[in-house]
Amino acid sequence: MNKNTENQFDAIIVGAGVVGCSIARELSRFKVRIAVLEKESDVGWGSSCRNSGVIHAGFNNQPGTLMAKYCEEGNQLFHSIAQELDVLFKKTGKLVVAKNNSEIAGLKKLKKQGERNGVKNLDIIDEQEIRKLEPNVRGVAALLSPETAITSPYLYTIALAENALKNGVHFYLNTEVENIEKKSSGEFVLKTQNKQFITDYLINSTGVYCDKIARMAGIDRYRIYPCRGEYYVLDKNASSLMNHLIYPVPHIEEGGLGIHLTPTVDGNVLIGPSNEYIDTNKRNNYAVTMEVLSKLCKEAQKFLPAISPKYFIRNYAGIRSKQTPPSQGGYRDYVIEESEEVPNMINLIGIESPGLTAAYPIAKEVVAMIDKKEKLSTNPDFNPYRKGILRFEEQDEETKRKLVEQDPDYGEVICRCEQVTKREILQAIDNPLGARSLISIKYRSRAMMGRCQGGYCQTRIMELLKEKYNYKWDDFLLRGSESYMLTGNRSNGEPAL
Amino acid sequence: MINKDVVIIGGGAAGLAAAVACRDKGIEDILIIERESALGGILKQCIHDGFGLIKFQHSYTGPEYAQKYVDQVEKQEIAYLLDSMVIDITSQKVLTVVNKSGLKKYKAKSIILAMGCRERTRGAIGIPGTRPTGIYTAGVAQNLINIHNYMIGKEVVILGSGDIGLIMARRLMLEGATIKMVLELLPYGSGLPRNFNQCLSDFDIPLYLNHTVVDIKGNKRVEAITMAEVDHNGKVILSTCQEVPCDTLLLSVGLIPENELSKMAGIQLDSLTGGALVDEYGQSTVKGIFACGNVLQVHDIVDNVSLEAEHIACGVEKYLSSFLKPKNDIAIEIGEGLRYVLPQRIQYLDDTVFSFRVKKPGKKKQIVFKNDNRIIKEKSFIRVNPAEMIRIKLTSSELSDIKHLKVELN
Repeated sequence: MNKNTENQFDAIIVGAGVVGCSIARELSRFKVRIAVLEKESDVGWGSSCRNSGVIHAGFNNQPGTLMAKYCEEGNQLFHSIAQELDVLFKKTGKLVVAKNNSEIAGLKKLKKQGERNGVKNLDIIDEQEIRKLEPNVRGVAALLSPETAITSPYLYTIALAENALKNGVHFYLNTEVENIEKKSSGEFVLKTQNKQFITDYLINSTGVYCDKIARMAGIDRYRIYPCRGEYYVLDKNASSLMNHLIYPVPHIEEGGLGIHLTPTVDGNVLIGPSNEYIDTNKRNNYAVTMEVLSKLCKEAQKFLPAISPKYFIRNYAGIRSKQTPPSQGGYRDYVIEESEEVPNMINLIGIESPGLTAAYPIAKEVVAMIDKKEKLSTNPDFNPYRKGILRFEEQDEETKRKLVEQDPDYGEVICRCEQVTKREILQAIDNPLGARSLISIKYRSRAMMGRCQGGYCQTRIMELLKEKYNYKWDDFLLRGSESYMLTGNRSNGEPAL
Repeated sequence: MINKDVVIIGGGAAGLAAAVACRDKGIEDILIIERESALGGILKQCIHDGFGLIKFQHSYTGPEYAQKYVDQVEKQEIAYLLDSMVIDITSQKVLTVVNKSGLKKYKAKSIILAMGCRERTRGAIGIPGTRPTGIYTAGVAQNLINIHNYMIGKEVVILGSGDIGLIMARRLMLEGATIKMVLELLPYGSGLPRNFNQCLSDFDIPLYLNHTVVDIKGNKRVEAITMAEVDHNGKVILSTCQEVPCDTLLLSVGLIPENELSKMAGIQLDSLTGGALVDEYGQSTVKGIFACGNVLQVHDIVDNVSLEAEHIACGVEKYLSSFLKPKNDIAIEIGEGLRYVLPQRIQYLDDTVFSFRVKKPGKKKQIVFKNDNRIIKEKSFIRVNPAEMIRIKLTSSELSDIKHLKVELN
């Protein structure tokens, strides 16, 4: 492949979620000129940062489906990818808990299904064994899945993107595709607000917008029904209440896995998600609702009576890109295909749960599809390794002492709740992708994610931005363009420089 | 390991007053550890007046009030560290402190916890809606305006009628913003009466009691909130929902004592105050570790913080000279009408100042201290208000032969 002018690419990936970034990274193993176009100001701001962060084992999906196949493969792959990319990954294991005897049949069914999918080490345990593993959890029996793991979904996406960037992939943030034209030469012309892109291959990994992008290219057979899931985030103090992921027995017709309790790699606990189809015209409606928030707490208490609102520190919502309409519910298998009517466009449709787990196998599949046609040549400079930001808080005392000796910025704790130092925040600000919203800094450093939610450190981080980058009032953005945190300088005061 | 007689964590109102009082009692070896780059704590950003009326019979601004103590600290050459964070503390009173010059360990004979409190956030109270920019806690807004000279909004709705929210209503108004309203979930205001007069009434800012925010709209910046009335159980009356266009939502919905370090030290906390469980000298369940100021209980005015800190210093001095010997151990029983009582237990039967808050406003009330059925002290109030902390002193003779102590509001 041989594109080389500034706006010409061999392959363009639209959408920098976990799937798009996985494809970018995997494709950068080859000599391909690649661009990723993302409408938001950072990678992973759609469903990739709004889920439970679970690396599923693969027993929830119907045998023979792509969902089942990629989920099981993704679970097995994850450990080595996480090591290459320096991403947190904890094999905590999961319990699917039957609240009463009538649900035990469901556990057996899941176990059987999992075994058909190739999931290892599944076991059904009784009430006593539940108590041993999880003294605070109530249930009569449970399916124990030791292979189920957790990661940080946004840090994983960032890691994939940073590694892809290092291997030559071009990232265009704040770049929303407005129009797609297929020229007679076979090339695609993508129009965005400021720029035009030309590419031979077009990969549609736009999650909840995948049907819209396909339609721009003239493919009208996909339909996405956005389905929202709301979550609560619990204080780290709640992490002592449980060790495993705690799930109810899923009711397949609901199209979700049921409201569950998930520990995060950072030590918080998530409750959620709910399952609500929303207006297909408002696919960025990430609002949480009064009704669901109160339901989340009650559902969680059924398994873990010790859960209480005193642990709540935040809430959020994510949106599943479901192919099944509300009237039908349930799941429809992933569609990963090059359409006959538009050659060289690969559409990834309905990549909902277990999308985080399946992302990498999906990427491998997409690359294989291109390789089959193009016989790609290996990129000899490909470097699979990427380093994340070293977390001061997680180091032992001796290491902490040495770090401060090496760099005094490690001695300045900016975020007290999460013990994030100035050094880490500066690294987060200077991230390779150049994303400088407060949320970008937050995801990368964990500052502002603790129990005070930035009450202490937010103004200090703003001060750092002002000192280092001479930020004016209108440079401070919370979540990308136009999300101004301030409305001006104070009228009578010394002008804020 | 560096040895210290007294280490004070936090150089705000409580820490400064405790330090000065300890020095006045003749304690030489004191160290204040402050995480910010200047002493003074939250007072630095409280540029309004009204501080010091009890302590100095004069109305100072926050920075002025703090400076009086900072001057004392400087004059008496009390040691302090700035930009320094305590990242670990043990029940053996070993502290790990990190700052630019390194990571150091201190072994203290006595520790005074004076870390203050933090603001309750949107996430903690679970306000539904989207997550745009323009939602601030009152204290963060105060910091951005008063310390950093930024404006945080133009059309503002304030949820919660805590004092900082009221102060910020006036502050924003004076800076040219429009304050559309203050909403309060409770049937009465949470702030001090004087702040309702000086900050809301004087500026014609409407206050809606029994109201809350049930939705936030906007994807980038706040575009509107939905307000609604609540019934007497605090349940939202959906038929009263009303959308209010605004670009800013300010939250003044409560303060939480910041006891993360206290927990590390193994100190027992009181779920009613959110602070340490203490005796009459502010000594926690870990001997030699004391607490004062907002980390112990959220105070109404800073003068009471100073008074409390000064009293705690007496205990520290006694502890260091091994004069703190329990004579008894009486848990205080909380009777009708009171939200909490401090101290939670008394052991020495010396002169003791009790502080508490009532559950709801009332008129013509008495606070009664009883030893079983014998009334040992009674104090009448024309009106009581949960916003105001009540402090009542019992002398050692009043406490001399008690077996049991109950406080109630009649």
